[in-house]
Amino acid sequence: MTTDLAGGQVIIELLYLIASVLFILSLKWMSSPTTARHGIWAGEIGMLLAICGTLLHHGIVDYKLIFIALVLGTIIGVPLGEVAMTAVPQRTALSHAFGALCVTLVGSAEFYLRAPDISRFMMAVLSLEVILGGLTVTGSLMAAGKLQEILPQRPLTYKGQNLVNFVLLAGALAIAVTLVLHPDARSLFPFMILIALTFGVLLIIPIGGADMPTVISLLNGYAGLSAAAMGFVLNSKLLIIAGALDGSSGLILSIIMSKAMNRSFTNVLFGAFGQVQPAAAAGEEARPVRSATPEEAAAILSAANRVIVVPGYGMAVAQAQHKVRELYDALSKRGVDVRFAIHPVAGRMPGHMNVLLAEADIPYDRLIEMEEINGDFPQTDVALVIGANDVTNPAARSDASSPIYGMPILDVDKAHTVMVIKRSMNPGFAGIDNPLYYLDNTLMLFGDAKAFVGSIVRELTGGHG
Amino acid sequence: MNSSSNLINALFIFVLAGFIGFEVIRRVSPLLHTPLMSLTNALDAIAVVGAILLVGEHKSTLSTVFGFIAVVAATSNIVGGFLITDRMLKMFKSSRPAATPAAKSVGK
Repeated sequence: MTTDLAGGQVIIELLYLIASVLFILSLKWMSSPTTARHGIWAGEIGMLLAICGTLLHHGIVDYKLIFIALVLGTIIGVPLGEVAMTAVPQRTALSHAFGALCVTLVGSAEFYLRAPDISRFMMAVLSLEVILGGLTVTGSLMAAGKLQEILPQRPLTYKGQNLVNFVLLAGALAIAVTLVLHPDARSLFPFMILIALTFGVLLIIPIGGADMPTVISLLNGYAGLSAAAMGFVLNSKLLIIAGALDGSSGLILSIIMSKAMNRSFTNVLFGAFGQVQPAAAAGEEARPVRSATPEEAAAILSAANRVIVVPGYGMAVAQAQHKVRELYDALSKRGVDVRFAIHPVAGRMPGHMNVLLAEADIPYDRLIEMEEINGDFPQTDVALVIGANDVTNPAARSDASSPIYGMPILDVDKAHTVMVIKRSMNPGFAGIDNPLYYLDNTLMLFGDAKAFVGSIVRELTGGHG
Repeated sequence: MNSSSNLINALFIFVLAGFIGFEVIRRVSPLLHTPLMSLTNALDAIAVVGAILLVGEHKSTLSTVFGFIAVVAATSNIVGGFLITDRMLKMFKSSRPAATPAAKSVGK
């Protein structure tokens, strides 16, 4: 700021400034689906300007390697941009790992270039950068592995888990403090990285599939914060801004997700989630349920005026979203008002269900958020639950002993008729029984979601020519 | 480079950008939270600028190797992130007749 910048340097800084503005606009335009695609253009132009600006840097002596790396990255990036929509959560986790890997490597390289001539503050920020970055690398890889089902999705817990994690984190921080005070102790640095990497693995081990939306958001926040720390180390304002934007985005999404799962934010921040106690297996005796055939379900649906479909991740697992779209078409054609109720944690990452339904060509103005649609259930003729379980469980409202007590749910039980498509009466993922299934106004539709919805559609369209 | 005035400047920028981020992201429709995450992910890969300098300045073998891997990782995030965000946003269609249905229906 006080040093006079060379002409070239001014141009680079101006390009970075324009890129920063474009990044902020890019996120601003994401506020609505009608402007969102401008947001991508803004982001892309900003990115291009920033990279071009960087290439103007007079310190660069070797362009060949840079271009090889850029080309290699593109070759890896293109297939990652073309994964199936159901695989977007693991792709996102993987990209958090890549982002954090970049930050951690740059931080480590900067340490070895500078230490021991490094100010205390800089060393503290650099430690923060590589610790956050390191744990995000392995944590995100673990999350991606669980989502891709390479790793077991069940939460793995052992005695003293929190103690082990705490000791590890304390160890990493102790090394960081030592390095701040004695930057010449360079041999300690790899241990700090190693602990951070181990910590990331242990952090995700106890987390089950249902908690993935929160975990992915949290790792997103960590990745952003580590990038911002890298901006401090490199004195790059652009990087600080991008990191702060990404960090706040991840943290906001974590807060939204933790609210939707009824967990406190501190609970999320320290990663102590995913430890739902299995419900006390009381009331094992089979309670009576009413079931219906596709023909009966089709008759009830076509007689309805207002239908709300409640999709859960089970619908996506069964690949039923395109059949659901056909059902939407068939009912709409008969003048039935069909809407979709989206719980914030329906799916494996924030907003995932919207993407899955949009891919099946269901118009986005039919996808209604939980708070907005909950008041409409009492005036709804049929609530059709497909592959969702816990988010419709009335025990969350009424039964203080339920592990999900207090979690905001979709009030499907208030609809005149509830239909639940389910394979069998086995309790879901979390092992919590759902009293919804035993209500007088509930009909169970037993079968595979895709096949069952398909037969309902056949009934509806077949009867109509 | 690490003078205290630089540090204060950086802190100002961080805090203000955090506020802007908070206000802007809060207004993003929950409908678009997945594309939002892939977009911020691509933007976050701006860390590539630091990595590019490491590779280009060639100060040590270690820094060049680390920088090289970092550029590859960040570039794949930029390319993959923008690509998939665009693919997702293209899928979001309204049931109300939009301003561009003519072009769309010709394509289909």
